[in-house]
Amino acid sequence: MRPFQYLQPATLADVIVAQREAPSAVPATFLAGGTTLIDLMKLGVMQPERVVDLRLAGSDFAQIRFDGATLRLGAFARMAEVADHPVVAASFPVIAQSLSLAASPQLRNMATLGGNVLQRTRCAYFRDPTWAACNKRTPGSGCAAVDGANRQHAVLGTSSQCIATYHGDFAQALMALDASVVLGGPAGTRTIPFAALHRLPGNTPHVETTLHPGEIILDFVIPAGPWASRSLYLKIRDRQSYEYAVASAAVAVAMNGDVVADARIALGGLAAVPWRAHEAEAILRDAVLDEATATRAAEASFAAAVPQSHNAFKIALGRDTLVRALLQAASMEVRHD
Amino acid sequence: MTDTLFPAATGTMGQPERRYEAREKVTGSAAYASDVKLARTAHAYLVTSSIGRGRLQSFDLTAARALPGVIDILTHETIGDEIRQTPSIYGGGYMADTLRPLGSAEIAHWGQPVAMVVAETYEAAREAANLVVVSYAAEVAPVAGMGSSVATGQALDPMGFAVGDFDTAYRTANVTVDANYTTPAQHQNPMELFATQCVWEAGRLTVHEPSQYVNNVKFGLAAQLGLDPSRIRVISTYVGGAFGAKGFLTHRTALVAVAARRIGRPVKLVPTRAQGFTVSGYRAETRHHVQLAATQDGRLTALRHEGWEVTSRADTVAMGAVSMTARLYACPNITARVNVVAADRSTPGFMRAPGEMPYAFAMETALDELAHKLQMDPVALRRVNDTQTEPVGGLPYTSRSLMLCFDTAAAAFGWQGRPSEPATMRDGDWQVGWGCATAFYPTHAGNSAARVRLSADGRVHVESAGHELGQGMYTMMAQVAAEELGVPIAQVTVALGDTDLPPAVVAGGSSSTASVAPAIMAACDAIRRRLGIATGVPADVMPAMEASGLGTIEEFTEVRAHGTAPDSLRGLYRGMALPAGGVHLPDRVQFALGAQFVEVRVHRRTREIRVPRVIGAFAAGRIINPRTAHGQLVGGMIWGIGSALHEHSEIDTRNASYINANLADYLVPVNADVADVQAIMVEEEDRLVNRAGVKGVGEIGVVGVAAAISNAIFHATGIRVRDLPIRIEHLM
Repeated sequence: MRPFQYLQPATLADVIVAQREAPSAVPATFLAGGTTLIDLMKLGVMQPERVVDLRLAGSDFAQIRFDGATLRLGAFARMAEVADHPVVAASFPVIAQSLSLAASPQLRNMATLGGNVLQRTRCAYFRDPTWAACNKRTPGSGCAAVDGANRQHAVLGTSSQCIATYHGDFAQALMALDASVVLGGPAGTRTIPFAALHRLPGNTPHVETTLHPGEIILDFVIPAGPWASRSLYLKIRDRQSYEYAVASAAVAVAMNGDVVADARIALGGLAAVPWRAHEAEAILRDAVLDEATATRAAEASFAAAVPQSHNAFKIALGRDTLVRALLQAASMEVRHD
Repeated sequence: MTDTLFPAATGTMGQPERRYEAREKVTGSAAYASDVKLARTAHAYLVTSSIGRGRLQSFDLTAARALPGVIDILTHETIGDEIRQTPSIYGGGYMADTLRPLGSAEIAHWGQPVAMVVAETYEAAREAANLVVVSYAAEVAPVAGMGSSVATGQALDPMGFAVGDFDTAYRTANVTVDANYTTPAQHQNPMELFATQCVWEAGRLTVHEPSQYVNNVKFGLAAQLGLDPSRIRVISTYVGGAFGAKGFLTHRTALVAVAARRIGRPVKLVPTRAQGFTVSGYRAETRHHVQLAATQDGRLTALRHEGWEVTSRADTVAMGAVSMTARLYACPNITARVNVVAADRSTPGFMRAPGEMPYAFAMETALDELAHKLQMDPVALRRVNDTQTEPVGGLPYTSRSLMLCFDTAAAAFGWQGRPSEPATMRDGDWQVGWGCATAFYPTHAGNSAARVRLSADGRVHVESAGHELGQGMYTMMAQVAAEELGVPIAQVTVALGDTDLPPAVVAGGSSSTASVAPAIMAACDAIRRRLGIATGVPADVMPAMEASGLGTIEEFTEVRAHGTAPDSLRGLYRGMALPAGGVHLPDRVQFALGAQFVEVRVHRRTREIRVPRVIGAFAAGRIINPRTAHGQLVGGMIWGIGSALHEHSEIDTRNASYINANLADYLVPVNADVADVQAIMVEEEDRLVNRAGVKGVGEIGVVGVAAAISNAIFHATGIRVRDLPIRIEHLM
């Protein structure tokens, strides 16, 4: 095992102190559930010199609270706890579904919400350091996936430098529900829209988020709204469980009779980052939600899609997935709409 | 809990006895090879090639050697000639491939072991392996497989055959089918990894390794190390799944043995899941060209099946199951041919129904295409062409109950009334389709020996170096001895998986029970004769035992399987007991047969494929234990779902590497993919195949499922997919 320094501060204040005292040349890598970090350390993809274990310090940020207007999910809550929470399941079904359809029970029992949204891509070339070319792993080295096996790869938001998919599910629910995220770090606490957390790959695919050095996700804040109860997560994959999405859609729709009052849509398994489909939302707003409208909205979402050698089908599949999700949302039985 | 799943003992069905080692497995006390605790064990970790073809230029071991805890690093430069070049099983030897472990600077394939680090801990060994710097030279683009334009097929003439006049019959036929099919590379991925532990004591070597053939490891290792075989013992008490991957000697065993000798300590190696993709053989990708011709009433008049299989440059390996697909149905004009395509890949090997699965996918899908063209029910097409005489050599089947299987499974499935037109059944947003296929597996047996000891207190001990792969070998051995001697099964103890025991056949070719049960029966016969009890009828031996005044009776017997050469018993004592039978007998053919029916659902928009129902009926001679047989058949059918829809070792052609060598990305069915899977065991009596009347059920379950699923997908959607695995994009 590659030796590394290991710290387990007791409180968040201690985490920040540890950050300040550490030499800036040795940045900390945070450990929460460990389901991504330890996997990638074993593969040699991540080789941190300092691991700061947040499991003690983060225990204050593991709560699930709903005051009728806002759902606050602590970033250290486990995926399984949130998926099974009755309020989340009843009032924010897209959140519960995105969590319970992800990974396996063992992983959901370990993984935290904060770690989940920061999970790294499953791109095979990123995960295997014997492939020299990976701009995400080694900036400037190239991209082995462009000419490789890229069925899994993204069709939205890619760049010439990186075509990796963001594979997470929960992030799509947060995108769709206009969540914001509370961050804590050496410079204090700040809140940003969740949509501002991830960065498009562009020319710097190794920089995946807008987190400042030493910053930690503390809370997810999700506003309630008429769309939240009419929401769902549709995940399409080759096998029925324990697989990343080939395509997925998180949709939340507020209806006024047959007419869409408000629609919020995010797409998963298809894009380089958690992907909000604003074009589709604009088409749906104030329209009758039928197959024709849903199809037009879905087509708009993929107008700028760029296929790779093995994944052209994902454009059509992504459209069909969104149509299916929208029609399913329209037909949901919802008590308060 | 009552057992409603398993038929009670009647006719050719034995008792559904509970597993002999159930408690050990459920409680975790069963010690698999890597669980065996040895004092002062050092840990090994493999370094494998990241290129597909070329040469090792140099190693920089400085950083690795400097890591605390590192004891030794084996490379082709440091190991010298400690391991000899020996032939592979395809050249009359013992190895799974002909490359010499750490034999030279040549790189023949991605994943080839190029070094092995030995350290005080697993973690230190792994880190040191990461620090080994390997420089490669003369890298040229590898031939990755079938699809490469550089690769060309080479015909294997001995595997081809012809009867009648195919060309004329095909040209003049009423109805024909002409189609090409492909299947991908697949890996067995047994849950238990390819662990090996070696310990030397006073010049004697003990190997703990999960194996389907402990005597192959023993004699092969003796040849590699230049040792007298009597100085080697191989122990494999439990095997956590094998599926063909643990059948023959791989590079790792000699490396671990040599490392243990060099450092004078036990050495343990557990290659990673990813390394397991090239530690042993695999199911290579195949291509098929099938042509069928028939009369308007469905009688086959011409059948041609040509297969192409990927092999390595070092070994010519082909499963060539045209020998079976051409013998399933009556047909006067047949041509069959097999080709290999040599690639820069590790040597393929055996994976559950090695040739039967891919060749059946091609033939049984082609038959469905023919049925559709004829507007004929697929079951009726099989009935019209059913035969008790195989059409190539005119030999009789020892028994064949194919149509009984079809009728039984069709009734259980509710096949009657199926609309013949595709894309006509719907359930909400899901298109529904039903398909079926024939399953077959040749009946094999090999030479085996057994020792049975009866004690005056009624205890019985049975020994034979067979193998417990999870299929129920312990239980079967106990059950046969209990029945033959008329004692309660609770009084029987069993030893297996150890080269110190009477030797038995390789646990391959679905032959374990068919080979070892007759040896146990013969030993029990000998005990009965010693006690003056008639053989061949049920009897309790204990009254005669008490009357005899004897303390113990022990009998050792060897049984030679039908179709083996008279001098082949010597091979039993040299790790060469390979199964015979199937289509390789001069006087007859032997097959277990089955019929498999599936229902699939395909979402009308997003095209996911789901398999809510699989029903198979199988006639496989006598079933000694319906419980363990049920497990094998259901497990095989679940494998069939995987072979059709999930399993695919994805290859990056640039270095001929597997890029999904982990269990998150190499998909196998999970519980959610497996809904209603039923195995029905049809009564069948076959006194010819072997004394036990057993045909074996280890592999037949997987054989027809992929074809049945592809046929059901056609029925659901009207889209014929001829390439596995069938995925969403094929149906868009």
